Amino acid sequence: MNLYFKYLGILFKSRMQYKASFFMQSLGHFIIAFTGFAGMYFLFDRFHAVRGYTFQNVLLCFSVVTFAFSIAECFVRGFDSFPSLIRSGELDRILIRPRSVVFQVLTSRMEFTRVGRFLTATVVFIWAIPRCGVDWTFGKVAILLLMILGGVAVFSALFMIYAGFSFFTVEGLEFMNIFTDGTKEFGRYPLSIYGKELLLFYTFLIPIAPFQYYPFLYLIGHSDRVWYGLLPLAGALFLIPAYAFFRFGLKRYVSTGS
Amino acid sequence: MKKYISFFRIRFVAGLQYRAAAWAGVSTQFVWGFLSILLFRAFYETSPGSFPMEFSQLSGYLWLQQAFLGMFMAWFLDPEILESVTSGAIAYELCRPVNIYGMWFTKNVAIRLSRTVLRCLPILLVAAFLPSPYGLSAPAGVLSFVLFVVSMFLGTAVLTAFSMLIYVSSFHTVSSMGIRTLAVSAVEFFSGALIPIPFFPDAMKTVLNLLPFASIQSTPFLIYVGYIPPSEGIARIALQLGWFAVLSAVGVLWMRRSLRRVVVQGG
Repeated sequence: MNLYFKYLGILFKSRMQYKASFFMQSLGHFIIAFTGFAGMYFLFDRFHAVRGYTFQNVLLCFSVVTFAFSIAECFVRGFDSFPSLIRSGELDRILIRPRSVVFQVLTSRMEFTRVGRFLTATVVFIWAIPRCGVDWTFGKVAILLLMILGGVAVFSALFMIYAGFSFFTVEGLEFMNIFTDGTKEFGRYPLSIYGKELLLFYTFLIPIAPFQYYPFLYLIGHSDRVWYGLLPLAGALFLIPAYAFFRFGLKRYVSTGS
Repeated sequence: MKKYISFFRIRFVAGLQYRAAAWAGVSTQFVWGFLSILLFRAFYETSPGSFPMEFSQLSGYLWLQQAFLGMFMAWFLDPEILESVTSGAIAYELCRPVNIYGMWFTKNVAIRLSRTVLRCLPILLVAAFLPSPYGLSAPAGVLSFVLFVVSMFLGTAVLTAFSMLIYVSSFHTVSSMGIRTLAVSAVEFFSGALIPIPFFPDAMKTVLNLLPFASIQSTPFLIYVGYIPPSEGIARIALQLGWFAVLSAVGVLWMRRSLRRVVVQGG
């Protein structure tokens, strides 16, 4: 763990060598995420609600997903850019070092500019919290934190699967974007609005709903099942098959030789 | 002119090589279009009266958007060009007896076109066979279709002229990432790539329609689906032409000024 923070420090320092560029990029990510928010604002300005959810309700989803995605993108970036580790032969160097592969991939790269996206989520969140009609108790705050952590776990698992695929093919990985970027975009709204089939898909195959939808229902009072609040933990179990898949790919890894 | 045609051909053929990536792209875009339609359907079913256009028009817009993503994706900038500015390889390009603006412009259009050629047909085909109102219906009329084709070309030209400004700006910064992200998010938002322009509040719509961003993808797509009638379409096309003239003139002049003072650092 100590070593992890050391890596974190080094990566952060090296990023800070280009301060202007860092701030510009963070600002860029802030604005990108903010335009997403503005788009929602205009839609709700016109329609006022979507399938029984108000704008303030939906903002809760928006901030949870944006928080989770920005944290995962920042710290699990190594898996997100894994194909480049294979292509450059960097992975061979990682394999001969006496530390776990996952640890080294995690510390190979971090993307601190995602703080911009994080900031958008924070601003929206602060604005939405008093307005979303939830009376916050200690338990509900805990559920909210669980939702965010569960989201980080699921996004990390998706990045890991993406990395796993890159052992088999370097091309055609674009379809994974549906799950990562797609979830970031479409997960801003409660998943049930897309219809029942998709909700099932996102509950059992790609567990987005366990951290984004069911606990959200409990928070805004559309459901009184307290155990919904614990579902993010179940969603986090998705890390296990993702890790297994990554190991499976790693076993079949043949170096590119460069 | 001949040399620009060869630049175009080289880039175009190179772009056609990435076929597996194109198939993955097609399936991604298909799912993306599908989810977008489901999202708007949720809003539509909540209050149909507030919908600014017919649902089938919106579906058409979203499918065209996915099919021609390669043409209008604002975030795509030629990595080779940006690389040549940072690495200094641009020095070689400056020695060549060609106009750099023209060369870069043709290369950019060629890449965009090759990406689109590979991807648009499968999406258009499937979308055309989807049940109404979720699919892509025929163009609003013969005249609309002709105007749509003209407007598509102008839209590509406006976007490319805009990206040229980003390339030129990279002469002046050490890392162009920041400006790029800012410019791209502005284009995405104001061009109707995130939500179509008809869904913006009325006051904003009037302004947005005059900005160059609407001239990129919004104008051709809305002409196709009939939201913009042909009579108005001609005025919009004139506006596209105007913006193209302004953006490319600024680009050419700015580039000439920048190149006069360009310093290639050692190496």
